[in-house]
Amino acid sequence: MSTGVNFIVVLVTALIMVGAALIIGWLLAPKSTNAQKGEPYECGIPTRGTSWMQFKTGYYLFAILFLMFDVETVLLFPWAASYTQFVEQYGVMALVSVLFFLFVLVLGLAYAWKKGALEWK
Amino acid sequence: MITFGEIINNVHTALTGALPEWLAATIEYIIIGAGLLGLYCVLALILILLERKICARFQCRIGPNRVGPFGIFQSVADMIKILLKEIITINNVDNILFKTALFLAIAGSFCTFGALQFGDGLACVDFNVGVFYILAISSLGVVGILLAGWSSNNKYTLIGAMRSGAQLISYELSAGISIMTMVLLAGSLNISEIIAGQEKAWFIFQAPIPALIAFVIYLIAGHAETNRGPFDLPEAESELTAGYHTEYSGIQFGFFYLAEYLNMFIIAGVAATVFLGGWQPLQINAEWATGINEILAYIPTWLWFMGKTFALVLLSLWVRWSFPRLRIDQLLKLEWKVLMPISLVNLLLMAGWILIF
Repeated sequence: MSTGVNFIVVLVTALIMVGAALIIGWLLAPKSTNAQKGEPYECGIPTRGTSWMQFKTGYYLFAILFLMFDVETVLLFPWAASYTQFVEQYGVMALVSVLFFLFVLVLGLAYAWKKGALEWK
Repeated sequence: MITFGEIINNVHTALTGALPEWLAATIEYIIIGAGLLGLYCVLALILILLERKICARFQCRIGPNRVGPFGIFQSVADMIKILLKEIITINNVDNILFKTALFLAIAGSFCTFGALQFGDGLACVDFNVGVFYILAISSLGVVGILLAGWSSNNKYTLIGAMRSGAQLISYELSAGISIMTMVLLAGSLNISEIIAGQEKAWFIFQAPIPALIAFVIYLIAGHAETNRGPFDLPEAESELTAGYHTEYSGIQFGFFYLAEYLNMFIIAGVAATVFLGGWQPLQINAEWATGINEILAYIPTWLWFMGKTFALVLLSLWVRWSFPRLRIDQLLKLEWKVLMPISLVNLLLMAGWILIF
């Protein structure tokens, strides 16, 4: 039994569970229609304007920051996984070589911090 | 004592002996799927009941006590009720995305659930990059939440989804980095190897200072990732009704509910695996303790895993019902200005610790 096939089995099980439950719910549940039922919920008053509206750009900034750090995390994982072997081979250099990389990463965070990108305005 | 590995081997030999190979394999896969699915649903029922009972105790109430002895069938009754509720689709929703969101939310949590190891030999999805897989697949849930909020044609869901997205992606970073800190110690990304590396002593005891810091950061970040407790802004009911799942009804809402509770379990399970030794029993590394070690090792491995995980789940419940909700600026400040720098420094601390010891 290979892991890849197991993963596909698990994924398919999840999808089947959701699909089956939706169908069962659709079969068992009552159905009725009226004019008000389709209105989006907005505290009882009729909806004003479109719901797909503009939202804060603040979220966008955090998404960009996340992207930067997430990619760096991805690049750090191989180093983390083989760190103990590196230490045996190269000693202190195993740590020093990654310090530069982390320095650039922290520099990015410090820049964003100083620019006020981490403030919620 | 019979281990799970032996049971699985016996079933495997019995099936391949009696049936043609393709049929045996199919039956095995069906057993895997059904077993995980059963565990997933039973755990969800237990967690929901546990939460309601414990929350009631925190608020000096009794909690559900009508259905069955001490109300233990309450969540079963709720599940049946929720199946019988009408599935309402409101005007102008983006119907494909509206339904896809459900599949993504459940697939994300179920696939992560499959990667947990519940006992000795109970490894289902055991990739050689297991930790990476867990981090990657669990973030599928964010996409599900964003889609749910966007497609619902409702202002509350949109705001809730945006908040949730910002919160989940932010806290994912420090959760990822604190797990990476432990990967440094383990020297492997494979979950089985990480657990095997903790046979003598759990990681939290192997490098006490950096591991403890990483553990606390992971618990905070993980708690935030489940959208609960003081971090429940995405569904802050007093301002956004129910956040991103406002427009979901019946069983559709049930799935978001299910995913939320199981995510709490998964976070606790990952924390137990990476920091507290997974299913490894507690071992005291001393001469006088050999008798105690044998007694502790006699407790079944699945009980160890469940015990640790439920202890962490209880901690999460305790936090949830004890703290007031944060504001979004406080939430983002906590992550980017406190947890993130600490976890980066902690990564170096752990690297230095390994170098020295």
